[in-house]
Amino acid sequence: MLFDVLIGPFTEFEFMRRALAAVIALAIAGAPIGVFLMLRRMSLVGDAMAHAILPGAAVGFLLSGLNLFAMTAGGLIAGFAVAILAGVVARSTGLKEDASLATFYLASLALGVTIVSIKGTNIDLLHVLFGNILAMDDQTLLVVAFNATVTLVVLAVIYRPLVIESVDPLFLRTVSRAGGPAHLAFLALVVVNLVNGFQALGTLLAVGLMILPAGIARFWSRDLTAMICIAVVAAAVSGYAGLVLSFQTRVPSGPAIILVATVLYIVSVLFGRVGGVVRQLFPGRHLEA
Amino acid sequence: MAALQFRNVTLGYDRHPAVHHLSGEVASGALVAVIGPNGAGKSTLLRGIVGILRPLDGSIHLGGLDSRDIAYLPQSAEIDRSFPISVFDFVSTGLWRMAGLFGGIGRSARDKIIRAIASVGLNGFENRPIGTLSGGQMQRVLFARVLLQDARLIVLDEPFNAIDSKTTVDLLALVKHWHGEGRTVLAALHDMEMVRTHFSETLVLARGPVAWGPTSEVLTPENLLVAMRMCEAFDDGAAACAADDARARAA
Repeated sequence: MLFDVLIGPFTEFEFMRRALAAVIALAIAGAPIGVFLMLRRMSLVGDAMAHAILPGAAVGFLLSGLNLFAMTAGGLIAGFAVAILAGVVARSTGLKEDASLATFYLASLALGVTIVSIKGTNIDLLHVLFGNILAMDDQTLLVVAFNATVTLVVLAVIYRPLVIESVDPLFLRTVSRAGGPAHLAFLALVVVNLVNGFQALGTLLAVGLMILPAGIARFWSRDLTAMICIAVVAAAVSGYAGLVLSFQTRVPSGPAIILVATVLYIVSVLFGRVGGVVRQLFPGRHLEA
Repeated sequence: MAALQFRNVTLGYDRHPAVHHLSGEVASGALVAVIGPNGAGKSTLLRGIVGILRPLDGSIHLGGLDSRDIAYLPQSAEIDRSFPISVFDFVSTGLWRMAGLFGGIGRSARDKIIRAIASVGLNGFENRPIGTLSGGQMQRVLFARVLLQDARLIVLDEPFNAIDSKTTVDLLALVKHWHGEGRTVLAALHDMEMVRTHFSETLVLARGPVAWGPTSEVLTPENLLVAMRMCEAFDDGAAACAADDARARAA
């Protein structure tokens, strides 16, 4: 019985196996990006970027269908355009950068929905906004895996400057010029992973599989490597359990995955050993040192 | 030989000068205190020296040193101590010039890091997250990183701020040790008694040079009064610098 519920869907249906492979790829690549977004206090920037890249991804979608290369290229162009415009307005007018970004991402989101509504069908719009991982074909799965691989390679290259820039940016600027390029490469990885998540979770929830696992990891470790590992595992478990939930209850797959991650997050807030609520209420006897 | 030369340098932000028209040089192996009230431009000057800030005008010459020969200790407020990084990993960033993007940290490098941590009195702190350290302990960690950088020019931005007297004594001994090894040390400081006792040369700064020379001659009540009365104006409608106009006419 338990086997039928938890394993059966994956042994029986190929689309479920593809979906599982996709969420694991998304978890392995997206969760470490989410950890850095959180540690660099950019969680909401990630959310804003998810909305900002919609017009580019929508144009790619309309030109080539669910071709992740076209959507990634469009998303990158739109994402960088919004980031640069927001930065230029903030620096030339004195407006705070977050306020400037909020303005541009909302405009960008509206533009994206308009493009899809005018040129596409309502089904297209629903597909882009909420995704459908169960409809993933082999080619799309390969693109997701490719983007995840590129993410891990680039992250390995920029890991050191990214860490130093996060903790002590002035020091990095005295020893290396890698800080700026590393930050830009990181933003590009954010966009790549958001676009990667479109098929599975849609534009509105794509950032969820990056940020929620990062938030979960923060409650379990004070070590960066451990946090990244915990976030990857939490994202993969959320993906698997979300797919099972979706299969058994017909809840759409994207929201199901994010809801499972939310449950894990609530459990972590309550019982996490680093700052969890229960730990704070019942800290135990104080230590000697 | 000069380790540093300032040639009519002006440093600032968005065209507004924080250090105005500074000229002079720091001899190789000198121990120089940079003093002045808050907002005098001390940190700005140090940022210009280490290359974080480009001069608005004039130039800073490093006298044969390249940026690899400079170690910079920023104010600890600039560091995000909530980031999950251990003391060992943080100090190891001092080996950036050796390890770069991909270089590994081998056994001898690990020994160096552990020795640097031990020499600032933090034995056993290697695995502690920096977020759990006190202000004085964090300052020791920053000194350990400078130690590891093994640089010929050391630039310290308020290194003894808000730390207890024992830590101050220990870290000051390290500064004097570096000076004894022939390294050039510049430190932005507020403690006049420390400057008078331990620093042979002083630059009094008040958005521009007030006095610069041997501490015994420079650290006078008159100069300190001038520094205290510095103009703190910040005016977007201000005219272009008249001194620059005069120089242009003379040229």
